[in-house]
Amino acid sequence: MSNETLLMQNGSAALKPGYADHAADALRGLRQSGDAVDFQVEHHHDVAATIQLGFWIYLMSDCLLFSGLFATYAVLHGHTAGGPSGAQLFDLPSVLTETMFLLFSSFTCGLATLAMNANNRNATVGWLGVTFLLGAGFVTMEVREFAHMVAIGAGPSHSAFLSSFFTLVATHGLHVTCGLIFMVVMMVAVLRKGLTETNRARLNCLSLFWHFLDIIWVGVFSLVYLFGVAH
Amino acid sequence: MFGKLTLSAIPFNVPIVMGAVAFMVLCVIGVLAAITYLGKWKYLWTEWLTSVDHKKIGIMYMILAFIMLLRGFADAIMMRSQQALSYGSNMGYLPPEHFDQVFSAHGTIMIFFMAMPFIIGLMNCILPLQIGARDVAFPLLNNFSFWLTAAGAVLVNVSLAIGNFSRAGWLAYPPLSELHFSPGVGVDYYIWALQISGIGTTLTGVNFIATILKMRAPGMTMTRMPVFVWASLCASVLIVVAFPILTVTLGLLTMDRYLGMHFFTNSLGGDPMMYINLIWIWGHPEVYILILPLFGVFSEIVPTFSGKPLFGYASMVYATMAIAVLSMLVWLHHFFTMGAGPAVNAFYGITTMIIAVPTGVKIFNWIFTMYRGRVRFDTPMLWTIGFLITFTIGGMSGVLLAEPPADFVLHNSLFLIAHFHNVIIGGVVFGVFAGVSYWFPKITGFRLHEGLGKLAFWFWFVGFYVAFMPLYALGLMGATRRMDHYNVAAWHPLFIIAAVGAGIIALGIGTQVLQLVVTFVQREKLRDTTGDPWNGRTLEWSLPSPAPAYNFARIPIVRERDAYWDMKKRGVDLKGSTFVPIHMPRNKATGFIMAGCMFVTGFALVWQIWWLVIAGFAATVATLIRHAFDDDRDYHIGADEVRKSEALYDRVKAGSV
Repeated sequence: MSNETLLMQNGSAALKPGYADHAADALRGLRQSGDAVDFQVEHHHDVAATIQLGFWIYLMSDCLLFSGLFATYAVLHGHTAGGPSGAQLFDLPSVLTETMFLLFSSFTCGLATLAMNANNRNATVGWLGVTFLLGAGFVTMEVREFAHMVAIGAGPSHSAFLSSFFTLVATHGLHVTCGLIFMVVMMVAVLRKGLTETNRARLNCLSLFWHFLDIIWVGVFSLVYLFGVAH
Repeated sequence: MFGKLTLSAIPFNVPIVMGAVAFMVLCVIGVLAAITYLGKWKYLWTEWLTSVDHKKIGIMYMILAFIMLLRGFADAIMMRSQQALSYGSNMGYLPPEHFDQVFSAHGTIMIFFMAMPFIIGLMNCILPLQIGARDVAFPLLNNFSFWLTAAGAVLVNVSLAIGNFSRAGWLAYPPLSELHFSPGVGVDYYIWALQISGIGTTLTGVNFIATILKMRAPGMTMTRMPVFVWASLCASVLIVVAFPILTVTLGLLTMDRYLGMHFFTNSLGGDPMMYINLIWIWGHPEVYILILPLFGVFSEIVPTFSGKPLFGYASMVYATMAIAVLSMLVWLHHFFTMGAGPAVNAFYGITTMIIAVPTGVKIFNWIFTMYRGRVRFDTPMLWTIGFLITFTIGGMSGVLLAEPPADFVLHNSLFLIAHFHNVIIGGVVFGVFAGVSYWFPKITGFRLHEGLGKLAFWFWFVGFYVAFMPLYALGLMGATRRMDHYNVAAWHPLFIIAAVGAGIIALGIGTQVLQLVVTFVQREKLRDTTGDPWNGRTLEWSLPSPAPAYNFARIPIVRERDAYWDMKKRGVDLKGSTFVPIHMPRNKATGFIMAGCMFVTGFALVWQIWWLVIAGFAATVATLIRHAFDDDRDYHIGADEVRKSEALYDRVKAGSV
């Protein structure tokens, strides 16, 4: 009996459905080694998939970080201590423009991923460039909003509401800034080395990160700005 | 130029502190001199400090943890002796502001820099071996995580010499920890030490989840994983879920202290109870992050030393997951006295009591595993039985505290202190010692000295009861925690007994240090040539001790739970004939450098040296970006080399070397 049939017989009980990839790995190892079926010589890992899983888990931890900030804002948003409230401060049309910048940047980020999948290096870098500009526009508008609020005497140290507002929104803004730095690094990396396997894995992480920040912003826009103006 | 930092930050006028500082500096100089004398700098740098080998990183974690155990225990001895002395007209030898730093440092160090590194160290050393992997999912990230933890630990210890540590307890409750009431740098040291090490812990959680989900050997389905792996998976999930909340909480306190915000202040709408809620939303899962992996350790030790498979594997796994979920639903029991009302308090009281159910399931599973087994009472098993008894008592006092009416009386009393030391020492510390004595041969290649191990156990076991049972009584008599002085005559004898208990524990720790020395001296005699000194059941025992850098020359195909036991039963030949080159990650300095830069940033933040903050942060980011362009990340161990080293192990095993 060949080793392979042996594995099929013994292995069918041992290697449950869903572990087909492992079984295939095992068979490949056997072909190369001729060892007993209790071992395989080579152990192949799909590194890109592991990186992607790790990044997903990191994103979930980041999501919980934001959940803490959202919860804090939810508890403290009414604590204006006699100072201005959201309804008095928020300029909704401006925030909507800001939001559009970020939403469109997510779209162009998706186009960059499509270009990457089509093996088009220049288009990938081009769409990343557009995404960068939109993201930078978002950050600029946010900084201007903050500067305006501080100028009219509604800075973060004036009430618990303002503390929690500035911290939540600025934490998101800092994340976007980190994403912009990540994007520049990736553009340089793709231009220098092309769409290598490593660069593809990292571009996938970048796009996950960017879409994630978009989702967080939808939460900020709805819970902070829309509810804030409705109150 | 140097922010708030001046020469007056060094407490030259406090002899106790300066003595401790001098001792620490002498130790560091001694170690550095020894390394220089032995000419081991290059070896240390290339083989250890920059290592991405999970086994070496695990050992470094445990060395850090053991040193921090000594530091944290020194704090404990100071508290016990102070309280034994400072009755009536005697004020003891520690002034209040020093005593407050001592108990704050004791809690912070023992949880973050003793217990956590020990657990993560054990996970690092053993977990990849148990799932038949050659490393963790992200080896360099693992190295970085370790150095972040080490950077946090160093920051706490630097506070002893330069400035002072927090006086606000191990959780730094506001408003006491706010700038208004704690204007010094103590709380800032606390914040940045925990933030830096907390990032490391979060990354470790991510790393181990990915490792367990992606790196298991073929055939090792989830339900064939050793229970230690299951427990580590649950703890890792809890880390990823809970530690971001710690980051947020400390971040908000930082905003208050550095930027004048009002999250937790008494003015302008700030709410201190918000902090208490947030910190315990992290803090309660944290105690299960500590204990779950050790439940896993006991689940490995009991079957091995009973010669039987674990009783109730499935119920053990379900119980672990149930505890992990419930641990997120009980945080308010730490402050029933907040006054959230009977409905809220009843909810949290009941969820807390429910946790006793899955925990009880585990206790009975371990007992049933021993039942009708051939139980061998080696040191790991002694620690396990010590745990079963002690942890059960601690668990029951916990159920008492879970009742809001009882808690209103006992809140903040020494009864609480007795309770959580009962579960943390009885569970976590005994568990760590059980795990270390069980896996020491696998990690180092030789067994720990058995006689001294047993002696250390008895010192610890007896010492624990003498030190902490009086605290239950004191708590019921009304003694509160964190007192530097009292006037009640009835308390004095009990405090003296507790101090004696701490002394007995000190003998236990001394015996353990001696045990390490004697083991090292007698290492040839204690060498483990078999790779399987305890007649083990899981895959790590199929490897030589210590395991080679690549762990498995050939990846095992798993057919049963207790995979190695199954192989032994079927008489599987472990010797291989064919070998292929093994793909390995290369050692890198990136983790060390980045964590070093973050340490500098943290120190600069404490003292508000802003140019250094910017420089340190920029250097961290620059190192990361530079690393992103480094393609020289891996190499192959040649097939010949693997064949040679495997042949050597075979000869060692056969006794011909």
